[in-house]
Amino acid sequence: MCDCCSEHKDIYLPEMATITKRRMLNGTELFMHLEMDSGKELEHAPGQFVELSIAGLGEAPISISSSPTQKGFELVVRNVGSLTRAIHKLEVGQKIGVRGPFGSLYPIEQAKGKDLVFICGGIGLVPQRSFIRYVLDNRKDYGKVTVLVGTKCYDMRLFREELALWLERKDMILMETIDEAHDCWNGNVGVVTTLIPKVESDLPKSVVLVCGPPVMYKFVLMALAEAEVPADNIYVNLERRMKCGVGKCGHCQINGLYVCQDGPVFRWSDLAIVPEAI
Amino acid sequence: MSVSKLSKEQFGQFVDAMLAAGRRVVGVVAKDDRFQFDELKSAAALRLDYDVTILPPKKYVLPQVEPLLQFEVGGGAQSVMNYDPLVLLGVHPYDLIAIRQMDELFSQGEYDRHYMDRRKQITIIACDVVRPSKNIFASSMETAVVSDGYDILITDIGDAYLLDVATEKGHALMTYAKGLAAAASADVEKRQAIQEANRTALNKHKLGCKVSYLPRLMEKAYNHPVWQEKARLCFSCGSCNQVCPTCYCFDVQDQVNWDLKTGERVRCWDGCLLENFATVAGNHNFRKDRSSRFRHRLFRKAKYVPEKIGGQIACVGCGRCITACVADIANPVTVYNRLMEERTLG
Repeated sequence: MCDCCSEHKDIYLPEMATITKRRMLNGTELFMHLEMDSGKELEHAPGQFVELSIAGLGEAPISISSSPTQKGFELVVRNVGSLTRAIHKLEVGQKIGVRGPFGSLYPIEQAKGKDLVFICGGIGLVPQRSFIRYVLDNRKDYGKVTVLVGTKCYDMRLFREELALWLERKDMILMETIDEAHDCWNGNVGVVTTLIPKVESDLPKSVVLVCGPPVMYKFVLMALAEAEVPADNIYVNLERRMKCGVGKCGHCQINGLYVCQDGPVFRWSDLAIVPEAI
Repeated sequence: MSVSKLSKEQFGQFVDAMLAAGRRVVGVVAKDDRFQFDELKSAAALRLDYDVTILPPKKYVLPQVEPLLQFEVGGGAQSVMNYDPLVLLGVHPYDLIAIRQMDELFSQGEYDRHYMDRRKQITIIACDVVRPSKNIFASSMETAVVSDGYDILITDIGDAYLLDVATEKGHALMTYAKGLAAAASADVEKRQAIQEANRTALNKHKLGCKVSYLPRLMEKAYNHPVWQEKARLCFSCGSCNQVCPTCYCFDVQDQVNWDLKTGERVRCWDGCLLENFATVAGNHNFRKDRSSRFRHRLFRKAKYVPEKIGGQIACVGCGRCITACVADIANPVTVYNRLMEERTLG
């Protein structure tokens, strides 16, 4: 046993952060910009997550949605339980507990010079946005950038203003679809996989990044296999119950892997013998 | 290594001297016709002839409910980390090995101060098994005897205890012992004979392979029908997790005090057999089938945890899960032996 325990910090003790901006993205998703009260940056990498908590209500893992290239950090929280309901009631200037950042990162280095294809299903856009924005802030380091966004219904669409800006940009391609047709929607209708054949990049040579609800992965991965994208070039960002964030509590395990440490971003080829993954 | 000797009467006086000096001693005592680790009031209650305790000594290393933080509701929090010294008396070798595994798991990677600070305050007096329990299979798991990891190891040689004092913490306790004598070589031989016998005798269920083969056995066992067959009877009660000395999965919950202004963030035992162990927000359960949870437990013991601690198997053969399981399906040996016999099916 190590005898220098006093030098180890308490891995379960949150630091406080202050909400500097907040707005609803749709009926259930709250967007927040936060700054650490310490004055320091979170120093996260795209793909990582934090444990967000309100003392008395508990703690939950939340993906970081912003790029480390900007000041502060951004989170999106769905109103789904007692903790997130309370988070939704917080105003600008109020404080919240933060632990982290935790977990693995998107292939920032490995993807340099290559075409990138982001496949985002619903709330999966939130963590993907951390890398999309990082890439846009380091645009010359990467090849063609294509972002596919699929949302269940029109009202659930996230980051609408930002997507409108992405649509205008000449240095990226945004394609959006919704699962169910809507009077106000003139765009694509259908699940996100229907956009894959429309990608202009040479798919087998692109780096493909996938994040969405559990049910989506199987279908997207089948479509990518059909498009002959090697498993080495595919990265998935997986959701599990990352309760402790530090590889101890066991809740987030996918077979022998801990999503909070080995993930949440995995290279798909590394999950070939991990049957619980998808 | 010097082995010393205390008569049984002197050993009782040694324990009482620790208690009289205000030391907190937890030892094995009777609970109806079974045994448990509990706060010791006097040496008279101590039962070092026990077979197995209902719960492992894990509950003093990783308590069922343990405060991590104190907080003001909606406000800031402080760490709770004041741990008092504790003597844990009568830990069987298999339970000691389980604690040593947890020491490794909580100190590797992200260092868990709550576990480690508490652990460092604990002095472990281990003892060799005198009476095998009805479901023990420690011999199969090669955990029936230990040669290190304890502060003191005691062995009942009939009229006396032999004491092997291994650490500074162990030596510090010996100031309470009166009448300590060097063990005669005949005594040491007796001790060796007891340990040699335990090496093979603590084996009510016989594992059909070397314990070191288990991780490889599991490689081809993932789709074997045994998971479905056994789990069909599973109540998902989590008893196997709760009584297991190597299960350390936990949940973290906030408990608000009666004043509704302050509270504690606590860590409490959890179990991967419980239905909602892998459920996330929005009610998606990543391990929905009983069979997937049943399989996960045995894969953790034989493959996943060993991968983190240098190949040590995270089942120590105490047999508690076999005794605790209402449906009589938890016996790891039955499952591993079945997998051995049908290695091609997986």
